[in-house]
Amino acid sequence: MTIEELEQIAKSVQQESAKYDYEVNVCMDLACASQGAGALKDALVKTAEASGKKVLVRRTGCMGPCSHGPLVRVDPEETLYHHVKADKAEAIVDGLGGSPAPDFQCDLNDHFDKQVRVVLENAGYIDPEKIDDYIARDGYKALLTVLNEMTPNGVVHRITESGLRGRGGGGYPTGLKWGTVAKAKGDVKYVVCNGDEGDPGAFMDRSVMEGDPHRVIEGMAIAAYAVGASKGFIYVRAEYPVAVSRLTTALREARRHGLLGNNICNTPFNFDVEIRLGAGAFVCGEETALIASIEGKRGTPKPRPPYPASSGLWGKPTLINNVETYANIAPIVRNGGKWFFNMGSERSKGTKVFALTGKITNTGLVEVPMGIKLREIIEVIGGGVPGGHKFKAVQTGGPSGGCIPEEMLDVGVSYDALLKMGSIMGSGGMIVMDDTSCMVNVARFFIEFCMTESCGKCIPCRAGTAQMYTLLTRICTGTGTMDDLALLESLCSTVKETSLCGLGQTAPNPVLSTLKYFRNEYMEHIVHKRCPAGVCNMETAVEVVA
Amino acid sequence: MRKSGYARHALIETLHTVQSSFGFLDDDAIRFVANSLRVPLSQAYGVATFYHYFTLKPPGKHTVTVCAGTACYIKGADKLIATAEKRLAIKQGQTTPNGEISLMTARCVGACSRAPVVLCDGEVVGEMTGELMLEQLERWTVE
Repeated sequence: MTIEELEQIAKSVQQESAKYDYEVNVCMDLACASQGAGALKDALVKTAEASGKKVLVRRTGCMGPCSHGPLVRVDPEETLYHHVKADKAEAIVDGLGGSPAPDFQCDLNDHFDKQVRVVLENAGYIDPEKIDDYIARDGYKALLTVLNEMTPNGVVHRITESGLRGRGGGGYPTGLKWGTVAKAKGDVKYVVCNGDEGDPGAFMDRSVMEGDPHRVIEGMAIAAYAVGASKGFIYVRAEYPVAVSRLTTALREARRHGLLGNNICNTPFNFDVEIRLGAGAFVCGEETALIASIEGKRGTPKPRPPYPASSGLWGKPTLINNVETYANIAPIVRNGGKWFFNMGSERSKGTKVFALTGKITNTGLVEVPMGIKLREIIEVIGGGVPGGHKFKAVQTGGPSGGCIPEEMLDVGVSYDALLKMGSIMGSGGMIVMDDTSCMVNVARFFIEFCMTESCGKCIPCRAGTAQMYTLLTRICTGTGTMDDLALLESLCSTVKETSLCGLGQTAPNPVLSTLKYFRNEYMEHIVHKRCPAGVCNMETAVEVVA
Repeated sequence: MRKSGYARHALIETLHTVQSSFGFLDDDAIRFVANSLRVPLSQAYGVATFYHYFTLKPPGKHTVTVCAGTACYIKGADKLIATAEKRLAIKQGQTTPNGEISLMTARCVGACSRAPVVLCDGEVVGEMTGELMLEQLERWTVE
């Protein structure tokens, strides 16, 4: 495979699509599919054939605003339709070339205008199971450029220059990590992609793996070239069967095109990727636990150092990055490090994909430049809290993150700002809560999560989370005392400071941040034995003061 | 197992294959896998019990899985679980005595934008309500 051959493929795809007057793209992501996108696509194909118009019906990955699903976009006009059921197929096909059917056309300009799409640039434009579609949108160009024109050092340098930081949550500078692995001694090295998206409430990794799997593979191949590895693993949750099958197809196609395997593109570079399934353990998102899991063991973390960069998979130097990090690589190589560096805030560069969920009008995936205000994400892009309720908090970073109250919404989103507010960036889940959510109950939910997900290796995490859960349950049922609250606070700092891995160290975050910003709710529970949001059932019968 | 060349590190993959064929992992299956891959039985059992995805009990004929991820929880998944528990008179993670319906919970299936999400025999149903779920359970009971 050479650049010319790539261009040939891209050209033939364009010629193919030039045969059609219209392209009807149907979002077939999980959220849309669960609302009947499959039947819709079949109906569209049928009516399009019957109408005699030259229409290409294409299945695509997630388009973003999932709450409007099933979504259909008609090109070249870029008309977006929402809530399209199978019986509306006829109306859409009829509308082609004329005026679009207005009753289910949707206007989401506010939603899209603020977004900058890098990772999701292909989402909604390509068929995830067709490598040609990806190539037609500059796919694998970056890999070929790297192999033919750049030295491994040059690649590391370009990534460092871009200022990209790990998108898995920690925000470790990616270029630095690559450099460390590249310098590590050893003839065998591994590249691992962390697709164990354990954070409940985040689904951008799933969406990228399902909607644009080649992007991840290309990123991994470039990484492998840069650090000198010849074998890669993608670790995917078993809960994402579609992602697994899409990746399997993508790997097969890439091998067939000579973009994976031995002597890729007639260079001495060899690289292949294997898929590994997770089995439902949150802790496996932690890199040392993930390595143990790939090795076929229980996913328990190990103390660091040694870091995986020097001694990882089977004791070899291993590069571990998140799905979204790899998805950023190809555009950075294509457009240069400077291009990426110029987006975002001072210390957090580029864009970030967030999964907006919870009590918000436009749920779904959004990609915004770093530094954007939380308020803009929630009120403009997200469309605010529906049903006349009042915004209370936004939870970021999953079980390891914290809750951010309304008065902090004007802060720009970056790794450091979120950390300062007592939360973390995490993988990018954003769960909006309104006045019907009880913050104590939410904290209890997260501690329960951490308690069941704790691997049990170190005591602060195993016993600490269990005790915190007991204390929070007591507060939630109205039997808590002020002593319980004091004990809870001291326990939080113990667990935070003495746990072995990230899970334990961050487990108290939801409690600490809710205590910091919503202490009055805890007091209500303890002193007045009532739950302001009306969520908790108080065991002790206390008269509620009207 | 053959596919991965009896490699020891393919333990999790192998257990996945066994579970997808038989629906659960029983003692015999774990023993067989451990012997074939030459890993200690303790490690095989340890792995099978460590990960939530593996189940050592046979599932019911139908399975309803309520997603208990954060987004679903905020939108009332806990009430759905309580409704199902009451209707089926079992606790989460159990199967009705006649072996018909299992009630499970999942740690996020990644369809958070459609919360609360329930998997009915593996099919994703978004924006579930108590009534809709009871209807589905009713249908299964009649069968």
